[in-house]
Parts: sequence; structure tokens; C-alpha cells
Amino acid sequence: MSLDIRYPIGWMFSLFGVILGLFGLFGDKHIYSRSLGVNINFDAGVGLLAFGIVMLLLAWRGSAKAKAKAGPEPDAKA
Amino acid sequence: MNLTAIDWVIMFLYFAFVLGIGIFLKRFMKTSTDFFLAGRSLPAWVCGIAFMAANLGAVEVIGMGASGAKYGIATSHFYWIGAIPAMVFIGIFMMPFYYGSRARSVPEFLRLRFDEKTRALNAISFAVMTVFSSGISMYAMAKLIQVLHILDVPLAKMGLPTSWSFHLSVFISALIVLGYVFLGGLTSAIYNEVLQFFLIVAGFLPLVFLGLKNVGGWSGLKTQLPSAFTHSWQGMTNAQNNPLGVEWFGLVMGLGFTLSFGYWCTNFLVVQRAMAAGSMTDARRTPLIAAVPKMFFPALVILPGMIALALPTPQQAVTVNGVVQMQTVSNAGKGLIPVKIDVATGKPAVDREGRPVLDYDLAIPNMLLHYFPTGILGLGLTALMASFMSGMAGNVTAFNTVWTYDIYQAYIHKGASDKHYLHMGQFATVFGVLFSIGAAYTAARFNNLMDFLQLVFAFVNAPLFATFLLGMFWKRSTGHGAFSGLLCGTAAAALHHGLTLPRGDLVGIKGGWIAVVHNYPSEMAQNFWTAIWAFAVCFVITVGISLLTKPRDEKELVGLVYSLTEKPSEEHLSWYQRPAYLGGVVLVLALVLNIIFR
Repeated sequence: MSLDIRYPIGWMFSLFGVILGLFGLFGDKHIYSRSLGVNINFDAGVGLLAFGIVMLLLAWRGSAKAKAKAGPEPDAKA
Repeated sequence: MNLTAIDWVIMFLYFAFVLGIGIFLKRFMKTSTDFFLAGRSLPAWVCGIAFMAANLGAVEVIGMGASGAKYGIATSHFYWIGAIPAMVFIGIFMMPFYYGSRARSVPEFLRLRFDEKTRALNAISFAVMTVFSSGISMYAMAKLIQVLHILDVPLAKMGLPTSWSFHLSVFISALIVLGYVFLGGLTSAIYNEVLQFFLIVAGFLPLVFLGLKNVGGWSGLKTQLPSAFTHSWQGMTNAQNNPLGVEWFGLVMGLGFTLSFGYWCTNFLVVQRAMAAGSMTDARRTPLIAAVPKMFFPALVILPGMIALALPTPQQAVTVNGVVQMQTVSNAGKGLIPVKIDVATGKPAVDREGRPVLDYDLAIPNMLLHYFPTGILGLGLTALMASFMSGMAGNVTAFNTVWTYDIYQAYIHKGASDKHYLHMGQFATVFGVLFSIGAAYTAARFNNLMDFLQLVFAFVNAPLFATFLLGMFWKRSTGHGAFSGLLCGTAAAALHHGLTLPRGDLVGIKGGWIAVVHNYPSEMAQNFWTAIWAFAVCFVITVGISLLTKPRDEKELVGLVYSLTEKPSEEHLSWYQRPAYLGGVVLVLALVLNIIFR
């Protein structure tokens, strides 16, 4: 199947991470009384972004490997 | 509920990704194998996560959180006893026959191994069950959205009454699930299950973190809850001494053996995920990989339920003799868990001893609302919705496959082109979803009917594992034996239910409708023993009838029965890739968890 699911997962989590992270950084800080004073949006945002990037890196490495596997064959014929 | 723009953005982005995956995959849906079995080409880790996530429906997240609040850590038996051993068993011992026989579904395996009537019985009952399960998932989600008032503001802006919340929720969730399954078939469902799995973890992990921080970690939680709530095996020697009301034998044999093996090893909903794997080794590794996150899921779903119970009950200021005091509001429930409101009267519901009944199902939603500010609240709610949708989609994909291959192709229209069956599968997705909507509304109107149907399904499912066990490991078992065993097992389950009653319940849907000859300490104990009886009766009858009927030619059974099938070779794999080793590691881990939280 020619969709590596790690791409959409990676993009979605990176996007969520950036949105929550920025909101935590610049948004209203008063809302964090309910989360025990923890800026949970920023913290979770950083975690999500990190996970998203790891997924994307794995996906890129996967497609590079697949290309390397598929690559030499036409050369061998030529 | 005050959701702001950022919460809605997260929710819509999630929907866009889910549908986007379906749209992207549409171009690859060329044959019925692509649509129903994902072309048998997915990597093991993807199938493994989907194997676990397909089961993450309404029952899992909300229900396990509720049980965590009701019974405490003993709920983890549903994972460490009631899932892991069965997942290891199917991976190591059963998958070679499911995958190796090239059967396209579990009912089709029954036809290959036994006969047409055994398959028909299984296919038809399974198809009906999946439609109702997905309907119940849909109903639970719509109900939750209504209770949490999530759609009230948008509805008000559109000038619609808030009572439309239910309709709108059913409509939207049905449309999204229909969209991505119709477009991308099983691949789309599996990919989305993987996405949803990570989303559920991402949404619940911060919740557990904040909750544990609040109560002072696991040790703090231990001091605030009764000891039986934090020790899963405490009091298991006697049913009266533990929150579940079950003794260890009923727990291990009923939950750990008959019910869990019956579910994880024979339910096409999960087996289909393993059949989508690219190779035999990957198919066998699928349930073993699934077992690892499954083992640690109690931390995400049971723990929040327990924390909800341990937190202080909300208080309000009251003036007593001129002095302002904080008092617990009457009918405030316990911790974050509110008192259940009787729908008919609008007053708090009470049990037969006059004590208020708690609405445990709100444990997890209330935790989300308690700790999450806007932003991450959107993520948490999206995670909750993702869990409902993955449960729904799992049922829909299992339904369209069994309908097309085991009912339509087998009995209605044989020998058509592959394209025809592909289109039938897409069509079946549409009416499967429509039936689910019907089931969701039936559940909303006739609650008792749904309880009744679920009871009937439980009777049908209870004996299944005996049939598969004998089919795969005893070459002498025959089609007549299997069929009569299944019927008698189901009858035995019904009979047992009709003759017993959990203590404190009324005769009727809870049992005892023939005569009450035995009282169980709890409903759970009754369920477990119903399954044990059904399994035993099915086993004995199948063996008996098989010995009286003509055995099948051994040549026909190659690849279907253990003693006549070559063992899959593992020599070329390094040790950590071999299913048997993986299974051993998984079992040891589960044992360690049981010992830590004993």
C-alpha cells in the first residue's frame, strides 16, 4: 500500500503540537488554575510536536530505504 | 462547557485528517481483497495497533473508567487476565490456521473446517451483532455529547433547539465513519484506528498526569481509597470479600478463559486486523504486538476512574448559625462522580435500599472537564470521540466483509465478478451504517430491548471458543458436532441465566425467569458462570456428536487442524522476531504487573 501511515500521524501531531504550544505560550494564563497551575497546553504541545517529528523522521527513513531497495534494480539491468 | 475556537480547530483538523486518509486511499481500492482485507499487505505494527484499537469502543474508555471508579484496580483483570493470555494464544496457536487457510473471514474458516450450516449460523448472528454494537457505540457517543452540552452553543447560533444535539451527533459520526470506510475500506479503517490510538494516548496521558499530581501519586491514591481498590487480587478467595463479587476460580475460568478466549480468538472484528497483515509471521505477531499497549492501557482508562472517586466531593458555602461553612452538597455523589438522574422523574435515582445510585459512566468525562482548560480540552474530547469512532468503524468493516463474502456471495449471488463484490462491499457499508443509526435510535427509545439483545448476543457468543478449539486441535470433530454443540451451548447459557439471579436483583432481564435455583453474589459472577456452563456444554456435545458422525477425510483438513499441518518455520528469524518468544515475553510482563498490583 503506497501510503505510509506515519506521514499523516506525524503531520497531525506536529500540527496539534504547534497549535497547543503557541496557545500555551501566548494565550491567557489564567485558565491554568484548573490544571493545578501547570501550563498543560504548552507542555502537551511540546510532547505532541516531539512525537510528530519522530513519526515523520521514521516515515522519511522508511521511504528512503524503500527507494534504496527499488533503486539498484534498473541499474543492474543497464 | 465553554469550548473556544482552539478546541473546535483541533476537532475539525482531526476530522479532516480522518477523511483525508480515506480520500487518499480510494485510488488503491481495485479488488475486493483491497477493500475487505487491505490487500493483505500491512506491516505487523500497524495491524497490531489496529487489533487493539478496534476494540476501543464505547465499552472500553468510558466503561473501563466507570469500572475503575466502581471496583478499583480489580478492573485490570479485564486486561491482564481477560485479554493478554487469549491474545498470546491466538497469535501463537490459532493464527496459522486463520491466515494459512486463506479464509477471508472467521465464518469462512468455519465452512472450510466444518460445514455450510455452521458458517451460516456464525455469519448471520455475527452480522446482526456488529450492526447493533456499532449502533450502541453511536448512541453512547451522542448521549455523551448531549450530557456534556458540547453542541449547545453551535446549535444556538444556528437557531436550532438543543434537543437536536442527539440527532446532529448521530448524523455527523455516521457520516464520517461511512465516509472513510466507504472510500478506503479496511485499510482506511485500520489506518484511522492507528491514528485514533495515538490520539487517545495523547489525550489521556496529560489527564492521568494531572490527576496523579493532584492526589499525590499512586501512593497518595492508595491512602485515599479502600485497600481493596488498589489491590487487584485482594479477597479473591471468596466472592463476598472483594468489590467484583467473584471468586478466583470464576474469574480465571469465566473471564480469563471462556469469555476472553471466546472474544479475542474468534471475533472477526479483531481477527480481520490480523488477516490484513502481509505475511504469516506478521499475522502471528499482530495480536502479540497488540498485547503490549493493551497491558498498559489500565493506566490510561482505569486510573482516571479511580482518581475521580478519590478526589474531594465538590462543596459549597452554607451558613450554619451565622458561620459560613463548606458543606458537601446533598446528592453531590462521590468524588467527581455525580448521582444518576432518573430520566423518567428527573430526580436522583436510588437503589432498593434507598441509597443514591452513582453515574459511574461520567467519571472520565468529568475528569476531562475538571482538569483540562480550553485547548487541551479540545484534544481530550477529540480523543474521546476517536475512541467511539474506531469502535464503530471496526464493526462496520467486519459487517461489510461478512455480509459480502459469507451471506451475499454464499447464499444470494454466487459466481459474480470480483468488481461486483467490491461494489457490494461499498454498498454494504452504506446500509450497515444506516442499520447502525436505526439501532442507535432503538437504543434511545427502548433501553430494555437493547439490554435484551445484548443478553441474547452473550448467549450466542458464550460457547464459540469450544467450537474453534475442537476444530483446530481435534481432527475428529465434525460439522454436525460443531453445529449441535453451538446450539446446545447457547441453550445452556440461556438456561443457566434463567435459573440463577444475582443477589439483590429482580427476576427478569437479570435472570431467574424460569425459577431461581441459585443466587450469585454479583452480576459479574453470574456472567462468568454462564460462560463457563455454555463452554462446557458446547465442548461435551461437540465431542459426543462428532464421535457418532462420520469423520472428514484427513486430506481435506490439511492446513486447518493442528496435527495435520506443518508448523510454520521460524528458523530464518532472529529470536525477538519469533512469535513464540514474543508471546513468552508478553506473558511474563503480564505476570509481573499482576504481582506488582496484587
